[in-house]
Amino acid sequence: MNNSDTALELLKSLGIDIGHVFTEDVAKIQVHQNKVVGLHLVPGLRVQADEMKDGIEAEILIEKGMKIEKPIHICFGVLPEEGLQKVKLHIRAQEESKAMILAHCTFPNARQVKHIMDADIEIEHNAHYAYFERHVHGPKGGVDVIPNAKVHVQEGAEFSTEFELIKGSAGNIEFQYEVNAEAQSKTEMTARISGTNNDQIRLHETVRLLGEYSMGVIVSHIALKQYAIADIENTLVAHAPFSRGHVDCKEIVVGNAQAKAVPTVLVKNPTAHVTHEAAIGSVDAKQLVTLMAHGLNEDEATDLIIEGLLSKKQNWQNMIKEME
Amino acid sequence: MDGKILTVDDLTLSVQNKKILRGIKMEIWAGHIHAIIGPNGAGKSTLVSAIMGLPGYKPEQGKICFLGENITNLPVFERAQRGLTLAWQEPARFEGLSVEKFILTGAKNKCHKRAEEVLEMVGLDPHKYLNRAVDKTLSGGERKRIELASIIAMEPKLILLDEPDSGIDIDALEKIFSLLKKLKQDGITIVAITHSLAVLSQADHAFLMCCGKILDKGDVNRIASYFRNKCIPCNHDRFMVSTIETAP
Ligand SMILES: Nc1ncnc2c1ncn2[C@@H]1O[C@H](COP(=O)(O)OP(=O)(O)OP(=O)(O)O)[C@@H](O)[C@H]1O
Ligand SMILES: [Mg+2]
Repeated sequence: MNNSDTALELLKSLGIDIGHVFTEDVAKIQVHQNKVVGLHLVPGLRVQADEMKDGIEAEILIEKGMKIEKPIHICFGVLPEEGLQKVKLHIRAQEESKAMILAHCTFPNARQVKHIMDADIEIEHNAHYAYFERHVHGPKGGVDVIPNAKVHVQEGAEFSTEFELIKGSAGNIEFQYEVNAEAQSKTEMTARISGTNNDQIRLHETVRLLGEYSMGVIVSHIALKQYAIADIENTLVAHAPFSRGHVDCKEIVVGNAQAKAVPTVLVKNPTAHVTHEAAIGSVDAKQLVTLMAHGLNEDEATDLIIEGLLSKKQNWQNMIKEME
Repeated sequence: MDGKILTVDDLTLSVQNKKILRGIKMEIWAGHIHAIIGPNGAGKSTLVSAIMGLPGYKPEQGKICFLGENITNLPVFERAQRGLTLAWQEPARFEGLSVEKFILTGAKNKCHKRAEEVLEMVGLDPHKYLNRAVDKTLSGGERKRIELASIIAMEPKLILLDEPDSGIDIDALEKIFSLLKKLKQDGITIVAITHSLAVLSQADHAFLMCCGKILDKGDVNRIASYFRNKCIPCNHDRFMVSTIETAP
C-alpha cells in the first residue's frame, strides 16, 4: 500500500467522511505505525516529524498570535493485528495562539498492539489549546494504550482535553496526565471510557493549581461491564490563593466488573475552593425503572443510561458533528 | 371487560414489613379521568407503583387486571408495552441524555417532529428544550412536563399520573388541564393522584384513600366534599394509630 492508500484505510476505519472533512483549510497529520502517511499544514501551524524505529517523534508548533480556525486533524493508527507504535510529541502553543486538535487513534484489527504516547505540552501565555482524542478499537481489544503527558499551562492560558474510548474493547489503558497551571489559567480534563470483557483501565490525572485564580476540572466517566476493571486516581491540588477546582468521577459498574476510585483534593491556601463528586455503583434504580416504564427492557435501559454517562460534552459536539 | 380497562382486586402490600396497602379494590373505566385523593402517607404513590409493577412493590395478595389480562406478575416493561405507564411524583434525571432522545425512547412515532409536538402540548418551546439534557440543569417543573411529554409520545392506553400538578406554575397548570381533556378526547384513560381541588374537578370518578384503604369512591362532588370539610369519614389520627400495624 502506498501512503495515501494507508491514510485512506486509517480514516475508513474511523468512519470519517473524507471528502467533506479535508478541504484545503484543514490541517492534517496522519501516522501509520512509524510512517507519516499524510501531512498538510495551514498558516500558523508548523510540524517537524521524524520517523524512529518503532514510532515517530514530532514537534508541533502553533505560532504566536495565530488562531487556527478549523480543528487540526491528527490520526495515529496501526492496521495490522500486531505492532508497536511509540509517539513522542512536543507540542507548543505560543503566546495568544488558538488551536483545536482532533486526534483519532485507530487499531481496528488489533490482537497485540501497543501504542505508547509521551507528550510534553507547553501552552504559553493567553494561548487556547483544546485536544480531543477518540479511540477506535476492534472488538477483541488487544491493545495497550499508554499515554503519558506533562502539561504546563501558563498565565491566562486555557487547556482542555477530552479522551474518548467508547467503541470496541478498551484493552489495557494506562493513562497518566499531569498539569501545572499558572495564574488565571483554565484546565479541563475529561475521560469517557467504556470497558468490557477483561479490559483494564488505569487513569491517573493530576492538576496542580499553582497560580492565583487558576481553575481546574477533572472529569472521569467510566462504564464497566463483564470482567472489566478500573482504577481511577484523580488529584487536584490547590496551592494558590483564589484557585478553584472540581473533580467529578462517575462510574457505572455492571456484571462482574470492578471499580476503584480515589479522588484526592488538597487545598493549601484558605482562599482556594475545591469540590468533588464521586458516584460508583450499579445503574441508578429510578432511572432504570423510568425507562422501563417507557417500555425498554432492563438491558436496553442500562445501555441508554450508560450512553448518557459517556456522551460528549456540549462544546465538542458541533466539532465532532462536522467530522461525521 | 365491560368498560373497565383496569381492575384492582383485594390488593395488599407491605414495604419493609410495614403494611401500606390493605385490600384495595378499584375499577378504572376506559376513556375516563379518575382522581385519587388522600392525606400524605395514605399510600397513593405506593398504589400506582404496584399497578405499574415497580420493583419492590410486589403485592402479597390480590390481583391486577389490565385489558382483561392478569398482569400481577408481569415486569414493568411488559406492562408498558401493553399500554400502561406512569409519570412520577418526582421524575428521575439523566446525565447526558437529551430531551429529544428521552422523549423518543418509548415513542410510537420516533421522529423529530413528534418530539416537538408533544413538547408543545406541555407548553415547552421545542427549540429551547429539545437539545438540552434531562439532567439537574432542568427545574423540577420543567422535568415533570418533559416526563409528561415523553409519556404522551408513547401513546399509551392508560396513564398513571402521580401529582401532575405539584411543582407546576399557574400558567402551565392550565396547559396540563387542557392536556388532560385532550388525552381523554383521544380515548386515553387517566388515573391522577392529586391534592388539588382543581384537578379533582377535571375527573369523572374519584377515590378517597386513607391508611392504605379506599374509603370512598365514585361521585367526584361527594369525594370533593371531604376536601372541603377537611376530611374524612374516619378520625384520621386515630385511624392511623389504631390500624397501621406491622405485617407478621
Ligand atoms: N421504601 C419505603 N420504606 C418505608 N416506608 C415506605 C417506603 N415507601 C413508602 N413508605 C411508607 O408508606 C406510606 C405510603 O407512602 P406513599 O408514598 O404511598 O404515600 P402518598 O399517599 O403517596 O403520600 P404523599 O401525598 O405524601 O405523596 C408512607 O407512610 C411512607 O412512609
Ligand atoms: Mg405520593
